[in-house]
Amino acid sequence: MNSRLKKLTKCQSFWPLMVLLAILLVNGVVSGGAFFQMRIVDGHLYGRLIDILRNGSKLMLLATGMTMVLATGGTDISVGSVMAISGAIACSVVDGRILSSLGGSVTAAVLIAVLAGVLCGAWNGLLVSKIKIQPIVATMILMVAGRGIAQLITDGKIVTVNSDAYYFINGGYILGLPFPLFIVGFFVLLIMLFTKKTAFGLFVESTGCNPVSSRFAGINVDRVKLVIYTFCGAMAAIAGLIESAGIKGADCNNAGLMIEMDAILAVAIGGTSLAGGRFSIPASIVGALIIQSITTSVYAMGVAPEVTQVVKALIVVAICLAQSKKFKAAVAARLTSRKAVSAA
Amino acid sequence: MSTLEKTRRRGGIKNVSLFITVILFVGLFAAGSVRYDRFLSLSTFLNLFNDNAYLIIVSVGITFVLLTGGIDISVASTLAFTCVFSAFLLRLGVPAFVVIPLVLLIGLGVGALMGFLIHSYDLQPFIVTLAGQFFMRGLCAVISTESIPISDGFYKSMALGKVAFGKAKLYYYVFIALAVVALAYYVLKYTKFGRGVYAVGGGEQSAVLMGLPVARTKISVYAISGFCAALAGVVFSFYTLAGYSLQNMGLELDAISSAVIGGTLLTGGVGTVIGTMFGVLIQGVIQTIVTYQNLNTWWTKVTIAALLCVFIVIQRIIAIRAEKLKNKG
Repeated sequence: MNSRLKKLTKCQSFWPLMVLLAILLVNGVVSGGAFFQMRIVDGHLYGRLIDILRNGSKLMLLATGMTMVLATGGTDISVGSVMAISGAIACSVVDGRILSSLGGSVTAAVLIAVLAGVLCGAWNGLLVSKIKIQPIVATMILMVAGRGIAQLITDGKIVTVNSDAYYFINGGYILGLPFPLFIVGFFVLLIMLFTKKTAFGLFVESTGCNPVSSRFAGINVDRVKLVIYTFCGAMAAIAGLIESAGIKGADCNNAGLMIEMDAILAVAIGGTSLAGGRFSIPASIVGALIIQSITTSVYAMGVAPEVTQVVKALIVVAICLAQSKKFKAAVAARLTSRKAVSAA
Repeated sequence: MSTLEKTRRRGGIKNVSLFITVILFVGLFAAGSVRYDRFLSLSTFLNLFNDNAYLIIVSVGITFVLLTGGIDISVASTLAFTCVFSAFLLRLGVPAFVVIPLVLLIGLGVGALMGFLIHSYDLQPFIVTLAGQFFMRGLCAVISTESIPISDGFYKSMALGKVAFGKAKLYYYVFIALAVVALAYYVLKYTKFGRGVYAVGGGEQSAVLMGLPVARTKISVYAISGFCAALAGVVFSFYTLAGYSLQNMGLELDAISSAVIGGTLLTGGVGTVIGTMFGVLIQGVIQTIVTYQNLNTWWTKVTIAALLCVFIVIQRIIAIRAEKLKNKG
């Protein structure tokens, strides 16, 4: 019994999951149970919890991609800009502003937007793996340029779309559950299978732990990185589609603004080391949900949403300190010395 | 190859980088002058300083951090916090001569705290300063989410006070920026501390073995960056006479790209504040040209990103060549 409990607590997603439950519980108690209420209207589920899942879907997708990037020892701070680009492209195509020969086909719009995300990701991957630029700097280029490119696509305007098929990406329901959840589920399952059932996951962790020895061990480190950044770009593009379908238009200035920070934070909360190495996608998903429920509960309490950032900042520092070997050593030293004193 | 020749060549690399930056600035300015009437004037040139004084100060501060191989992405939030907090205090009737030192001290303290966390617990600078960014931006919102106007007499006089050169004019606060550049140049070039900054960036391990005060240096550079961000905040509130919590989102990237375009290596150890200043001016010229051309202002960002890309690739090529040289030697 005891050993099983130990095994459970050792699981990477255990503590994040406990934190998530605690946050939800506190919310439930504060709101007097209203937080957990769910209603079924027209066969669709409604309620705060469903809101958290739906609004958190973008962050969950980004966190999935970001987990892999961080596991290789890199960072991608361009995801917010890639979201803006994908939203701008999709909305412009649906609206017929660009490529009007496609006749505003939503399928084509989605495919082109995802392709753009893949290209953005591949560009990042190329800079990081081939030209060997530090990941922060390499992705910073696209972060600065991305919003500009999105603005140029939409000609600096906020493009609105009028297409129920496009709205479905964010607002649709299948079997009473929001459609974005199915997107998240699909990609998480896909990448989990790919990393757990093939050697690829191991390659990623090995690249993150020590790129040089991985190369000597015969792993094509450059290709692993290229694939990972491309995947991250694709995830960002899909998140951008969900975002723009949610606001029924493309707002290049605000789409995914600062979300890269949330994505990194989600992964950090999930316990994946930011220095690369072991990773857990389920833990990052839980991390994303933690952030989303903090945001939602701050809204629900009627506090200015910007204040969430102070909370987030404190969480980041706490997590980093908890991961830091030096900090653990310092705390341990303090504790043992106190014990020694009390024993004496 | 003799050691002397090698050193000379390595020194040459640094100068080449600065040289390219200056040439680029002059080239862009000349291109603008050829293309547009009334572009070539002292007033266009001086306006580059008037409009970018705060960015020069932030970029100089961030250059210190980049030179040690770190990064500081909290500067924009610190700047915004300084503006909002000083506007808030001034509205309460606190005199300017109390407010300004207070906000500068806060900037210094926050920077030092981040530096302490980064150095003492071996945390990644990116993540710690990210937390700093969230924290300061959040505090802005706690104080006020609306823009607070400043009507203090001293701030107003600083906002309007200027030196005229014929038609062209230079505002007083530009001199603060120039003084910061001069002081930073002196500190980096001629003081023990400054040489230590380069040494830490060149190789932290070696700096430790050489007995340099690495801890003090690393914590100090973040403190300097925080101080400069707060000073830039003061200058920015002279410039706009208001404090707003969402001010200057993304400024940290402008500052970092200025430093990179100015020849600072992001891996640390190479760079000058003079180069950084020219990096800011180049961005200013691009902005001016985009305005003259009546283009979408987003072209500025795209052009700067393209420039950034070119410069980073050039840096990589230089670094690869230097590595080869080392292996041969």
